Amino acid sequence: MRSSKDFFCCAGLAFALFAYLALLLGAEEEWSIAAYVLLGVVVVVALVALDVFSTIERLVQSNERTCQALMVLGTLGIIAVFRTDHYTLFLLGTIFIYSVAVLGINVQLGYAGVINFSGASFFGIGGYTAAVFLQHTPTPPLVTLVLGGIFSAVVGSVLLFPVLRTSGHYSALVTMAFALLLKVFLEVSEWLGGPQGLALPPFKFLGINFAEDLVLFGNEYSFYVKYDLVCLLLLVMTFMFVQRIERSWLGLAMDAVRIDETAAACFGISIKRWKITAFTIGNFVIGVAGALYSMMLSYINPSNFTFSDSLLFLSILLLGGIGSIWGVIAATAFMVVIPEKFQVIQEYRYLIYSAMVLAMIVFRPSGLLPRKPRTYIAGGLL
Amino acid sequence: MDFSLLLQFFINGCMLGMMYALVAVGFTLFFGVLDVIVFSHGDSVMVGAFAGLTSYLFCMYISPGMPVWLVTFFVFLAGMAFVAGFGMLVSRFIIMPLRSAPALNTLLATMMLGTVMREAVRLFFPDGSNPKPFPRLLPEWSWKFGDVLLRFDNLALFTAGVLLIVGVAFLINHSRLGMAIRAVAQDAEAAQIMGVNFPLIVLLTFAIGSAVAAFAGLMNGLYYNEINFNLGLLLGAIGFSSAVIGGLGNIYGAILGGFVFAFLQVIGTVATPFSSAYKDVFAFGVVIVLMAIFPTGILSERQSQRV
Repeated sequence: MRSSKDFFCCAGLAFALFAYLALLLGAEEEWSIAAYVLLGVVVVVALVALDVFSTIERLVQSNERTCQALMVLGTLGIIAVFRTDHYTLFLLGTIFIYSVAVLGINVQLGYAGVINFSGASFFGIGGYTAAVFLQHTPTPPLVTLVLGGIFSAVVGSVLLFPVLRTSGHYSALVTMAFALLLKVFLEVSEWLGGPQGLALPPFKFLGINFAEDLVLFGNEYSFYVKYDLVCLLLLVMTFMFVQRIERSWLGLAMDAVRIDETAAACFGISIKRWKITAFTIGNFVIGVAGALYSMMLSYINPSNFTFSDSLLFLSILLLGGIGSIWGVIAATAFMVVIPEKFQVIQEYRYLIYSAMVLAMIVFRPSGLLPRKPRTYIAGGLL
Repeated sequence: MDFSLLLQFFINGCMLGMMYALVAVGFTLFFGVLDVIVFSHGDSVMVGAFAGLTSYLFCMYISPGMPVWLVTFFVFLAGMAFVAGFGMLVSRFIIMPLRSAPALNTLLATMMLGTVMREAVRLFFPDGSNPKPFPRLLPEWSWKFGDVLLRFDNLALFTAGVLLIVGVAFLINHSRLGMAIRAVAQDAEAAQIMGVNFPLIVLLTFAIGSAVAAFAGLMNGLYYNEINFNLGLLLGAIGFSSAVIGGLGNIYGAILGGFVFAFLQVIGTVATPFSSAYKDVFAFGVVIVLMAIFPTGILSERQSQRV
């Protein structure tokens, strides 16, 4: 199926998508943003109504590698277009990092079915770990990223015992209690900066300081270009990692645990082992994302990691479609860009957010791009 | 630590415990009939307080000389009726359509609903983002026993709370409506076969639970003399914790859980004199430990799960 015609179709679609995104991100006036959003909605609805969407889906599925490469290229193109625009680049970096974090929750909830209402707390643990290590020790920033992940996985393992013993609403409560507890703990702990938080030195790698503007061939570009590249790299790595988990026997075992614990146990799949694996992997990924995010912000405080932020992560996952990797990225882009672009609705953004997610849950509970059932036939998702 | 201070802490714990128990009763009632967690319940508490404040302002506007007892009566009536009606709407248009959805979806949907309520009050109530003073409607008598100050309004609120909880428990255990609610809680389909009007029972349960939440909100307002648009978030989390500690679906468990949580907070305050801010860290930490020891609550439902 890998003909050159397919390739040109994919390239054309990717070009259209990224051209649209570039226009949307570059739009300044309210009315033009509204027009672009409206245009996007109309096009998507038209594609679905004319049944072109399923054709595109098949095309993308049979040329998966090509499409993934095109997506990365397109994203690099967007970064290149906005190379001097701090704000847009910062938004892009935020999208990448949030996607990574939500992919971590996706492993927990989407595959193994472990409810985690404290996503933002583990995100924060990663960030605070990075901050403490960078302030007090000469640890290289790249190592602190890993340390952030490890710390958040270790703290998460404290929760494992109650989470494994309980189920349903009861384990939701355990993680919720942890989220509230950690926020208060960060606020009252003076050695962690209390409510003011901590400042972080910038990310450094191979002698490159990520807080200085990028100078290439005598032209000056925003320093966020460098952060965006690192964040994009992290996203690509997480994407590959999560997709490989999903498609391997690991993902199959986790799916079995989520869908029917009793049946899974009857087939000799250890419920505890897979829940522990998923929860730890997820927290590690979230922690790494948190560490990088805090370096990009260069300043963190407890109000970045509240219960509402955990809810935001879960809403993104639900909006995108639980278990769907592309859905997560699309939903993150949507949830991050729309409120930032409409400064008029800034004041009302939580209201609109929550009303939107509420409507989504009531009317389309499977999300924007629902996860496809596994197919075991050649030519399908393999 | 001297005795009178401990007694003061005890009184404070009782007041908080009553408030938490009232919120937890709603959580447990809703879980009983529909097997859902309605997380916006905490924000119903807040809406109750604001509805009460609005009706107070309305009473003052139409006749400033109205006797205080009548105003108090109106405030409670309006607050509880408004929230009961709102609860019925929520159950009809959000909870019932999601009945077959996964538990997580309902939980998230109601959390989002809670955010909508919170933000709506913040944005659309005049100057809603700032704390509002709540009128002192109850007489300010107080008695002194040694160093301990016992205030009449606290005593009255506590007594009213006890009466309300006893009333709800009586209603659930000894009336036809209560029997129908318990039947639906045990098995909705079998109850329908026996002629129970299922949608009506759900609506009434939501009305009762929400009215109790509104009472808790008014109690909160009268106790602290100040209300805030985001008091519901923490109260909701605490009420949920209390209901879960006690064991979901069990009304006595909810009451027990409420008092357990309040006294955990009080112990947290007493035990960490350097910073009372750790009290919530302590209380929620103990909740996590309690959940590890009693995975389905202290007074859990005794039933096995069908697979």
